[in-house]
Amino acid sequence: MGDPSRAEGSNNEGILDHAERRTLVALFDTLVPPGPVSDDGSPAVPGAGAAGGDRYVEALLGAFEFDPPRIWAGGPSSGRHGGEDGFSSFLELSGWEARAWRERITGWTEQYRTALAKLGVDFADLDPGERRARLSTLDPAFCELAFEHACESLYGDPVYGGNDDGRAWTAIDFRGDTAPAGWTDAEVTHPYGSNGPPW
Amino acid sequence: MVTDCDAVIIGSGPGGATAAHTLTRAGWDVVVLEKGRNHLLELEAPYGPLGHMSNDEIKFTRRHVLGPDPMLEPRSFRRDESDGDRLYVGDVNNLPSTVGGGGVHADGKLPRFREDDFALLSTKGAIDGADVIDWPISYADLEPYYTEAERLIGVAGEETNPFAAWRSGPYPMPPGADMFGATLTAPAAERLGLHPYRAPTGANSIPYDGRPACVNCGFCGYYGCPVEAKGDPVALLRAALGSGRCRIIPEALAVGVTRSRNGRTATGVRYLDLSVGPGTGDPPEREIRSRYVVLAGGAFETPRLLLRDDLGNSSDQVGRNLMVHFQTLTAGAFPFRVFGASRGRSVTHVHDDHIVGDDAQDAAARAAGLPWIRGGLVEHGGAAGPIQEALIYGPGEHHPVAMVDSSLRERLWVFTMQGEDLARPDNRIDLDPNLRDAWGGPAGRMTWSPHRHELVASAHIGPILEEVLRNAGAEWAVTSTSPPIGPDAARHPMGLPPASRHIVGTARMGHRAEDSVVDAEGRLWDCPNVVICDSSVFCTSTGYGPTLTLVALAARTTRLLAGTPLSGAGPGSDRR
Ligand SMILES: Cc1cc2nc3c(=O)[nH]c(=O)nc-3n(C[C@H](O)[C@H](O)[C@H](O)COP(=O)(O)OP(=O)(O)OC[C@H]3O[C@@H](n4cnc5c(N)ncnc54)[C@H](O)[C@@H]3O)c2cc1C
Ligand code: SF4
Repeated sequence: MGDPSRAEGSNNEGILDHAERRTLVALFDTLVPPGPVSDDGSPAVPGAGAAGGDRYVEALLGAFEFDPPRIWAGGPSSGRHGGEDGFSSFLELSGWEARAWRERITGWTEQYRTALAKLGVDFADLDPGERRARLSTLDPAFCELAFEHACESLYGDPVYGGNDDGRAWTAIDFRGDTAPAGWTDAEVTHPYGSNGPPW
Repeated sequence: MVTDCDAVIIGSGPGGATAAHTLTRAGWDVVVLEKGRNHLLELEAPYGPLGHMSNDEIKFTRRHVLGPDPMLEPRSFRRDESDGDRLYVGDVNNLPSTVGGGGVHADGKLPRFREDDFALLSTKGAIDGADVIDWPISYADLEPYYTEAERLIGVAGEETNPFAAWRSGPYPMPPGADMFGATLTAPAAERLGLHPYRAPTGANSIPYDGRPACVNCGFCGYYGCPVEAKGDPVALLRAALGSGRCRIIPEALAVGVTRSRNGRTATGVRYLDLSVGPGTGDPPEREIRSRYVVLAGGAFETPRLLLRDDLGNSSDQVGRNLMVHFQTLTAGAFPFRVFGASRGRSVTHVHDDHIVGDDAQDAAARAAGLPWIRGGLVEHGGAAGPIQEALIYGPGEHHPVAMVDSSLRERLWVFTMQGEDLARPDNRIDLDPNLRDAWGGPAGRMTWSPHRHELVASAHIGPILEEVLRNAGAEWAVTSTSPPIGPDAARHPMGLPPASRHIVGTARMGHRAEDSVVDAEGRLWDCPNVVICDSSVFCTSTGYGPTLTLVALAARTTRLLAGTPLSGAGPGSDRR
């Protein structure tokens, strides 16, 4: 494990430029949009873009700007439920693993650049219908990749850049990681207490 | 012959770890070659946890942290020859490739087989188009090793299953906490005449063997345990290392077994040192010389190694009779959260009734023109994490609403039946004619399709499982299978290859060199100082998870090798 400091000589500008990131946020918010505010006032699900989807993609495409690369967060705990924050100390990759990941990321970077250019700098200003029309011009393989990354960014651990402050987890009532505290036996077996399930 | 150690063990999963433990206890010096990385434990005393395991859906389910990376080690799949050389390339039935193997992220339901599982031909009879056989050993032969395996791994369980085989001792630990969903489905199953019980599980319910109790973290199946409550196989590896007689070499890909001039005696193992490269040329090839070689790469990689090395295959049986579990997946959504995806050990209850069968099951078999059908263990369990759920819904406005509603995660409860798969010679692992791994070795190819037996059993049992879910309060219940069948199979979210990670039978054991790969003690007929210690040697798949049985078999094989058989062992153990 090591600290996620930027590798020597890395480019602090990031992989995508400002305009590309703006388009990316709009793309993710179109694929995995924000939810309506509920009647009981519980927090709404944020859009995958607004919750940090661009930071997620930037961290992934720029993983090798860091040493160790930001591919696998460390462990065993985040510190949110006891223990220390081991997540932010990313794990080392072997040389062969790094080769595979570099190749994968090179391909993705190319796909993102091509697709974001095709969507255009005005994509973020379009209404939902127009956005969908533009999306239909993209390579379906890219749309699938972008949807996967949008889901990962929104519902994965915030250490990877998305899911700002765990807002998406809060909105779907998911605690996220729980170790080392975990759940008590009673919380596992009788989550509704002595009342039983709400039939 | 000058040797570096008594035995080289290829693979550090539950099978290899058991071999390392048994042999070091018998005073042997062993080297374990593991092609994957080490994320499990320090390899220097006191062999503590490395702390890499965590509750992290991205790392474990999206980014291959435990390997293998399909870009480095692709596999191919086809259903049969009519699919051409291959139908699919990528992750085919991948178990982790890492120190600890698949044991690291299994949720560890560890039932024993029953007596008749070892005598399927004798008790049930033949079925056309399948190669139904008896094992060359009996349950009685294995029973003392089952007891040892449960103690070494640390299995928590209870003796309430009316169909269980006899046992010589109690489980070492009581069961852990029941998951809420199971408190609904187990009584419902009972109301419908079934016999659910608390699953024997390789996770500590109380502090055991220096490791803590499970904290019910909710990230069990597919995740490494962040608190080290799972015993399989870390307990065995730590004990082996602690003996001072075991060296584990991670990132060491075995590529061949060196042999004497007549080919009948193994002299060691050649491996690629993957800790070197890329960028500095190919990984260097190294060799370790030993008196014995133990193959424990799992039922996919062991036949792949034997085939690429042209070893042990005079019977033409290597790779054949591959069996996986044909999974029947019956899911039911409840009107309230059942917490199956977030709290507990993934599965806490199971039932065996469809293995044992009843009059209705016999009638279903007869109606389909089959002499008998057998299902498998039904796991009462939860669903997957939020990323997995998010992916199922597809993009669009409905997405956030569906996620809050969570009918496919927190409100979902899933029965997974690990259906018995009958052996067929054409279901096999072989070498893909074109595909190569990153180091130029031929990739393994799986050819597999179900026998009609599996389809008929699934079609009969699926509706019963749906009824149980509805009886338990589910609003709806629906059944699918893995691998998928029918016209929409290609669009199935779990993919075309079988999702079951229970894979067995590719180097079966037998009484005769003509139709088996190893003898009843796990030794290659063609090269008797090579033994197999993984589920390749299974003769039938049964409807139970393979791991406890493969660990018991590995303990037996290596104890017989070292001359330390357990008392109570039956026929076979005295034939050395
Ligand atoms: C999510 C999940 C849940 C599971 N749950 C259960 C369960 O409840 N019950 C059950 O019984 N089973 C379960 N299993 C299956 C269980 O993990 C396997 O049965 C078990 O791991 C097989 O053990 P093994 O030692 O034979 O092989 P493996 O665990 O596959 O270990 C083999 C090791 O050998 C290494 N290797 C292979 N070839 C080479 C080579 N040429 N050179 C060097 N190293 C090599 C591999 O990298 C690997 O680490 C589950 C699996 C998964 C994925
Ligand atoms: S549920 Fe228990 S055994 Fe499973 S990973 Fe979590 S703490 Fe470990």
